[in-house]
Amino acid sequence: MDQGPSTPPRPAPRPAPRMSATFDPGTLTEIRRAAATGIYDIRGYGAKRALPHFDDLLFLGASISRYPLEGYRERCGTDVVLGARFAKKPVELRIPVTVAGMSFGSLSAQAKEALGRGATIAGTSTTTGDGGMTPEERQSSATLVYQYLPSRYGMNPDDLRAADAIEIVVGQGAKPGGGGMLLGQKITERVAAMRTLPPGIDQRSASRHPDWTGPDDLEIKILELREVTDWQKPIYVKVGASRPYYDTALAAKAGADVVVLDGMQGGTAATQTVFIENVGLPILAAIRPAVQALQDLGLHRTVQLVVSGGVRNGADVAKALALGADAVSIGTAALAALGDNDPAFEAEYAALGTHAGAYDAWHEGRDPAGITTQDPALAARLDPVLGGRRLANYLAVLTLEAQTIARACGKSHVHNLEPEDLVALTVEAAAMARVPLAGTSWIPGQGGGQ
Amino acid sequence: MSEHIDLAVATTRDLNGALHALPPDTNRTLWRVLNPRGQHALAVGIDAPVRVEIAGHAGYYCAGMNGGATVVVEGNAGNGVAENMMAGRVEVRGDASAAAGATAHGGLLVIHGNASARCGISMKGVDIVVGGSVGHMSAFMAQAGTLTVLGDAGDSLGDSIYEAQLFVRGSVASLGADCVEKEMRDTHRAALAARLQAAGFDGVDAGSFRRYGSARRLYHFHVDNAGNY
Repeated sequence: MDQGPSTPPRPAPRPAPRMSATFDPGTLTEIRRAAATGIYDIRGYGAKRALPHFDDLLFLGASISRYPLEGYRERCGTDVVLGARFAKKPVELRIPVTVAGMSFGSLSAQAKEALGRGATIAGTSTTTGDGGMTPEERQSSATLVYQYLPSRYGMNPDDLRAADAIEIVVGQGAKPGGGGMLLGQKITERVAAMRTLPPGIDQRSASRHPDWTGPDDLEIKILELREVTDWQKPIYVKVGASRPYYDTALAAKAGADVVVLDGMQGGTAATQTVFIENVGLPILAAIRPAVQALQDLGLHRTVQLVVSGGVRNGADVAKALALGADAVSIGTAALAALGDNDPAFEAEYAALGTHAGAYDAWHEGRDPAGITTQDPALAARLDPVLGGRRLANYLAVLTLEAQTIARACGKSHVHNLEPEDLVALTVEAAAMARVPLAGTSWIPGQGGGQ
Repeated sequence: MSEHIDLAVATTRDLNGALHALPPDTNRTLWRVLNPRGQHALAVGIDAPVRVEIAGHAGYYCAGMNGGATVVVEGNAGNGVAENMMAGRVEVRGDASAAAGATAHGGLLVIHGNASARCGISMKGVDIVVGGSVGHMSAFMAQAGTLTVLGDAGDSLGDSIYEAQLFVRGSVASLGADCVEKEMRDTHRAALAARLQAAGFDGVDAGSFRRYGSARRLYHFHVDNAGNY
């Protein structure tokens, strides 16, 4: 039998070049970058990796056994009261979406003003950040939450009393257990003066409060803040999502009016990439344990729960509320509404070695959109009035979308949404959100663990 | 004629509420607080220029966020006495627990006894004078102001310090990262003498102190300094 020539007529195919799934191009680039610089990568934004999220949940909607509300005729309430547990003057908001804490320093004064304007038009609150309260943001914000941070930069009792609520920041989702960081190029004279630091230095904020540690001390700290403000102001405690059951229980036990829970998708002005991507929980995994903690204490709806980290649309809002939150908070999405990462600046993003949508060098102060900068020329690009209008529009859409879903589920208030309205598309999301896998009655993971 | 608030029958809220209600030009300027029994958050956030005498021991955050009052603790004070003080004078006749004067922006804090760990942590402009010694990590991340210690300082004094100035008469167990001894010049001696006098330590020789402050080597991130953070 002729077996053909011993030498093939043309060379045999070589094995196809194959990239390692473990050492993928991004990983290799990071290894080369680390070798060249000797320092970890620092960036803004929250976790960028794919995570179980609200997208993995679906609403069931009304059917024969549930009837819907008429979309344009039957009322679906969206108001929320935060802090009625102990504060004489609780915060009353028209919508269940607040604007999260972002500092003057990391953001321009114009951006802070725009956030205040937008939140005010929409009937909600905005929040200061690690750097104190500016007159611009107090003036432009009808309801302003004052962050009480480990660094206590610019902290003074007059601003505490001028605020509408106080948020004790224990941690944030992008870096639970980490302190803040603001690199020298953004420490202008004004930022430095507000923080009592020399201009131009790389400033590192503390990761722990200087005068208390642990839940028993926190209870006394809350007492002091209440006494200083004559029990007028709601006191929130903000934690990064890591041990949400215990953190929520301990904050409530310490006397918080409101617990703010931030998932790892929540943004930061500047943190190590390795920290952002590897520490903390996605918000989807954190809400139910936090709600459970409040329910176990008999305090669900008495102590309000505000959740954040990756809220983008009204469906996310509705899902967070259905899982038991009282309100959500937005940061990254609010900046996008102002114009952050807008393709209109594509040429300038390209000049910075990135592109619209991927820009996260918020710590460098060269933001083409004029938001995460202290450069006067760049900051002047953002019109606070126009920016405020854009944010207000976006907040209105979030609210309308959440109402649309709530009505479809037959709810006359967005707070009436409940886990029973939800199913999950993945086993992971079903376990985290404690709702059935779609098409089944199976809720994985029930039977142990907090 | 002084006002008396007896915390055996009145509450902390009664005390602070009464002090907060005082107008800046009040003539009710002397307040005696009886039976404090270590309660927390006494005499906090007072803006009126009054004198409050606490006849015993105070708990956490006594005179916290003081805005201009003179508060005297006739016993010991718990954590965070005069924390975030903006102005005024706070005096502790006994010892103070941890984080005395934490993050305080202004005013004068005088501790006649010893102060525990992290005295002056993250201080932002206050003057602190301690008659005895201070514990470890005092003046940690201290940004501005002065810490004067007539006794000794514990380990890691002035760790990660910014622009605050430290003066110690006794021994320093160890200096923290980026904290170094600095030359004591005439201007420093003169200013220190004035502070000692203001604090009531008139007979103490300002020339017997050594000065410490920031080497400013950690003001900018650099890989070769990574081990120091």
